Order: sequence, then C-alpha cells, then structure tokens
Amino acid sequence: MKTQISNGRVIDPASNIDSHLDLFIDEDKIVAISDYYDGFAADQIIDASGLIICPGLVDLCARLREPGQEHTATIDSETQAAAKGGITSLCVPPNTDPIIDSPAVVELIEDRAKKAGRTMVYTIGALTQKLEGKLLSEMMALKQAGCIGISNGLSPIKNSLVLRRAMEYAATLDFTLFINATDPWLQAQGCVHEGMVSTRLGLGGIAEAAETIAVSRDLLLIEQTGVRAHFHNLSTAKAVAMIQQAQQHGLNVTADVSAHHLHLSEHDIGNYDSLSHVMPPLRSTRDRDQLQQGLRDGVISAICSNHQPLDNDAKQGPFAQTKPGISGLETLLSLTMKLVDDGEISLKQAVANLTCNPATILNIDAGQLKVGGSADICIINPAAHNECQPQQFVSSGKNSPFTGWLFNHEVSHTLFNGKLVYQKDSD
Amino acid sequence: MTNNQLTENGQLRHFLTIEGLKRPLLTEIMDRAEQFSSIGNRQVKKVPLLRGKTIMNLFFENSTRTRTTFELAAKRLSADVISLNISTSATSKGESLLDTLHNLEAMHTDMFVVRHNQSGAAEFIAQHVAPHVSVINAGDGCHAHPTQAMLDMFTIRRHKQHFPDLRVAIIGDILHSRVARSQIQALSTLGVGEIRVIGPKTLLPADCQTLGVHVYHDLDEGLRDVDVIMTLRLQNERMQGALLPSAREYFQCFGLTEEKLKLAKADAIVLHPGPINRGVEIASTVADGPQSVILEQVTHGIAIRMAVMTMALGSQAEEGVL
Repeated sequence: MKTQISNGRVIDPASNIDSHLDLFIDEDKIVAISDYYDGFAADQIIDASGLIICPGLVDLCARLREPGQEHTATIDSETQAAAKGGITSLCVPPNTDPIIDSPAVVELIEDRAKKAGRTMVYTIGALTQKLEGKLLSEMMALKQAGCIGISNGLSPIKNSLVLRRAMEYAATLDFTLFINATDPWLQAQGCVHEGMVSTRLGLGGIAEAAETIAVSRDLLLIEQTGVRAHFHNLSTAKAVAMIQQAQQHGLNVTADVSAHHLHLSEHDIGNYDSLSHVMPPLRSTRDRDQLQQGLRDGVISAICSNHQPLDNDAKQGPFAQTKPGISGLETLLSLTMKLVDDGEISLKQAVANLTCNPATILNIDAGQLKVGGSADICIINPAAHNECQPQQFVSSGKNSPFTGWLFNHEVSHTLFNGKLVYQKDSD
Repeated sequence: MTNNQLTENGQLRHFLTIEGLKRPLLTEIMDRAEQFSSIGNRQVKKVPLLRGKTIMNLFFENSTRTRTTFELAAKRLSADVISLNISTSATSKGESLLDTLHNLEAMHTDMFVVRHNQSGAAEFIAQHVAPHVSVINAGDGCHAHPTQAMLDMFTIRRHKQHFPDLRVAIIGDILHSRVARSQIQALSTLGVGEIRVIGPKTLLPADCQTLGVHVYHDLDEGLRDVDVIMTLRLQNERMQGALLPSAREYFQCFGLTEEKLKLAKADAIVLHPGPINRGVEIASTVADGPQSVILEQVTHGIAIRMAVMTMALGSQAEEGVL
C-alpha cells in the first residue's frame, strides 16, 4: 500500500520543517518528504489542501480503564478516541486494576492495544508494590516487559525514605520517574482549589502548598539520587517557578500540563459543575496564566490530555462526592491549538508540545516526520470552526466541561503505521 | 451565572442560597413572615394556604430545630408533610441520591425541604427535580442555610430599624459554617454598613475578605461598637482536626462573656443559631441575658419558613385569608 499526502503544509518542529511538501508513504514507513518522488505510484492520495500535516501526537497521560473498569471504557473504545484525537502514541499510568506492577499486566495491555491497532500504547509501571508506597516493585522485570517509565500514579509516597530508595533504584535502572506531586495530608479534605471559590461554595479547599511541598521535597531527592524525573500535570504558578529554578541549576527534570489546566480556572466550577471537578484542582486565573507562561518559557515542555473517561453516574451527585476527571483525548489538539488562536503560543511550539517534546521525555522514536521513520501522522484542519459536543465523543467518557466551545482546529485524518485509522466524515 | 432559584418573572421557585437574590425579594420574605408571625398566637394556629400540597422534609443529616420548625410551618399552612430521616434508611441500603429523589418525586410531592451534609446537594437536587417541584435548602454542607439567615435578618429587623446604619459582627467557625455564609450574603444584600468576622485563622476560610467582610482575629477589637453580635456553634469535632487546642482555650479567646459584651454598643443584641454550647462559644449569662434574642429567633423561624414555602409554591398570602 502506497500513500501520498499532497498539497498540505508540513509542520515538524523536530526537523525544523514548515513548508508545503508532499509525504510519500510505503507500507508503514515514510519514504520521502519532498515536492515529488520519482516513480511513486500511489494507491491512495490524501488531498491535504488547506490542511496542516504534522507528526502523530504523543500523549503522556491517558487512562484507558482496562483492565479493571471495562464497564467505564476499554482499550478498544479509547484507542478509537485517541485516533480521532490525532494521537498515535500514548502512555498509561499504573493505576489500572490490577495495577501495572507485574509483567503480565503490561503484556495484557500491549496485546489488547496491538489488537486494536490504532495507536501505540506505552505503559508506566508501578514504583511500589500495589502503589502502597511501602515496598519496591520489581522494576527490572517491568522494564524488560516493556514499561517506558515508572510512577506511583495518584498515590503519593508519604514515607520520604521509601521515596528516596525508590528513586535510587529507578536511577540504577535508568528508568524515568513520573511524578504527580501532591501532599496527601494537605489534599485529603479538599476537592477544589483553596481560594475564592472554595470559600463561596463551602467546598473543601486544596491549598497551593499541597503541590509545592511535594514538588520541593521531590526536587531535593531527585537532586540527591540523580534519577531522571518528569512532573505530570502541574497546576500552580509556584510549582512552575520551582521547576524552572531546578532546571536552571542543571537538574534533569521536565514537566507537563493538562490541556484543561491551560484554559480553565476555579471560576469555571460556577455552581458546582462536577464536569470541572479534576485533580489536581483547577486553580486561580493567575495560576492558569503562569502555566501558559511556563509553556512559553519551555519550563513545561509538553501538553497532555490527562484523559479520564467516566460514566455519567460518576459525575452525578453533590460536587465533593463526584469523581474527578475529564475525558480529554478528543479535545487535546483543539485546546492546544486554541492557545495559538489566542496568541499565547506559536503554531510551531504548539505542535512541538504535542509531538517531539513528549517523545523526547519518553525517549521514544516518535513525534517526528523523517524518511525511514514510522508513518504516524496527524492531519489538521485549521479552519474547522467546530462546536465541541462531548455527547458525540467516540470515547466512552462524555465527561467534558467544554460543551459549546468553538474550536478552529480539528483533526481531519490520523495515520498510524501508514494505515488510515481516522478520517473526519466529509459531511 | 444563571439563577435557577427564580422563575422567569423573578418569583421564587426554589430557595437554595441567598447569593444572587435581590434586596426587594429578601424584604418581601420578611414582610410576609411578619404577616404570618401572629398565627402562632391564635387559638387555631392554621391557615389553608397550602391545603392539598405535599411537602417532604428530606433530612440526610440530623436536626431537631430546623426540621421541627419546617414541619410546623407546613402544618400551619395546612399542607400534608412527611419528614424522612434518610441517613438511616435509603442511602444506607446503597441507593443513590438521585434514585431516592426520583422515587419520592413519583409520590407527587410538591416541595422538598432538604438538609444534606454535602455542599451543593440542594443545588444538585433542584437541578434534577421535575419542573413543578420546589426545593428549599435547609442546610447543605458548609455552603448555605438561607432560611436561618432570613430568620436572623427578621429578628434583627424587629429590633433595629435601618440595616445600612448597622455594624454586625459574626464570631467563630466561619470556615465550616453554612449559617455564616448565608448571613454574610443576606447582610450585604440588605446593605448593612459593616460586616465583621471574628475568629482564629484556622476557622476562617481562605480569601475570607472576598465575601465582603472585615476580618478580625481579636475579639475585643472586633466587638467594639457593634450593634449586632451573631455567635456560631462550635462543633466538638473541630478539636480533633488540629483546628483548635481545646474548648477552654477557645472560650478564653473567642467566647462571648458579659465582660466582652460591654465592648459592643449598649443596646447590642446577641443571636445564635443553636444548639448552644454553653461555656464554649457563649457564656450562659449572655445567652440567657437581656440582650439575647436567641429564643425569639426560634419563634421567627416558623414564620420565615411559612413565608418561603408559600412564595415558592406560588400561593398568595392575601390579607383576607389570614
């Protein structure tokens, strides 16, 4: 099967390309990126006039709910959503059920993902057994089974000695540690940012210090142990400043932010809108602005979906009793590109934040268009003018607070290993 | 933010929070309560305004005073009223809040009076009831207790004429108090000159001043020259969460004693939503003293709840009927 994608604007920050070129694909590989390719007889031509061609997106954090919560979502349903979102590589955090703390679970997820065949699914192994923060997991076995990194997920390690040793062990194996920084005690009684909105609504607040205390402890231990670390889903201005300082001092740390934290603040909770219930919580408008600044400064180098599909029941109830999370795979690209429309970041940076930067963090061969490389490609319509309708999501989770938002950019085609896995209906 | 408590023509449909309601509506509630307040003194304490209406008191959290006054209010308006203590029935069998609600709604209920330990519960229920059903918030978590705030305003109005001339101090656990939040909103809406909150930092919410209050951590300073003192109940469990060292120390710092009361204006009145912890937030001599209006508050609670119920159910409390 030979495919030619013609007349599009190719943007690939990793190769420093931004020009109108054609892509020539033979089976699963890109064979040329140029104006023409002698003797190439395409079986399929995708006319990309007026469209943007970029590498398939790399999502650092997406929950697929399988194994364990198949009634909520499955690898099959969520990889369809990923394909619709232009995502060709994604990372699953360890808190599945059973937890990713044994090679068998890694194999199960990879098998199902391979069967679905729409996106590359990487697993992040559990740092401690059962994520209990007490005993080290068998990290070597997890690495051999294919885990791309190690993390304690949303269960913070309370015992600093255990954390230090886990970091040392991970560093020994040259494993990247993924951290969701939160102080369990400061977070325990809260469900929203501690501030104006928690005060007005009488909801338990989560102080900014819940994040900054954890970030500062972790940074000190990272420095001491020399582990390569990545902070997931920053939410506060101060944490961004702390990581910036650490990076300036030469520490090997990176960070990402979820697309929704770049757009929403505590005020979007309005009158107890449970769809805006997320963890870490949506914070002040100042925090949101500083997260955007952190992107511009390169302190935060990737934007992730932090996809958490939930069924309707999970969002029905008094706010604090609803489950946190947003179904984010299908809005990752549109929300990121909205930052470009709003003049917050450049188009090149937006694409880099979704492709080569997260690929570098994961140390995987993805997020770049190159001859001989996998044909993982996302084609974007920059003039879609589409109204967001979560009820139309292909993800099993329709839990999105972005109903009615107008998006200029949307995914028109996704190719994974040279195969067209998504195409927007031309209705 | 849309105000789903009001109908299209600005009438009360639900009563969930004071936030977003305008001064004329609060005044109307008090005026109507004034009309109802004489009914309790009659031989036959009943008017037929809500005859044929079914009201359900859904109490997901314990209450004596509030539940009883809502029940009495409904009965004096001739409604059929049923009180359910739900924490011990349906939800303990695993039924979801929404299922419980829809089942009770299927019994042709016209109004739910809801108390729940979760902030936003009344709002949530109001979003899910059928269009003809009204919801009255009888206290949701730490969020709002609007009928309590209105009976407090009613009590203040009985003693003090003009709200804008008043200086009001609220003492105690503002952080966990739905009463305080609703009081502050009602006082602001009625144009009270100065609202103060007094308490230790552990019991004041973050960015407290955004509620439109002056914050004091010293009782003496905060009480100086105030016209109205609103004390709040201190829950015993606050000592467990490391918010306070002991009830004794709290009383020393923030307890309202006769001596402290002298710092306020000579004609200042003292309110408390009950139940009182004597010797914790207030001294017995003050609670039972001449400046206390605490028992009046309870009596006024019935009239205020009658007023809100009739307004939400669209009945006209015409003079003739009364």
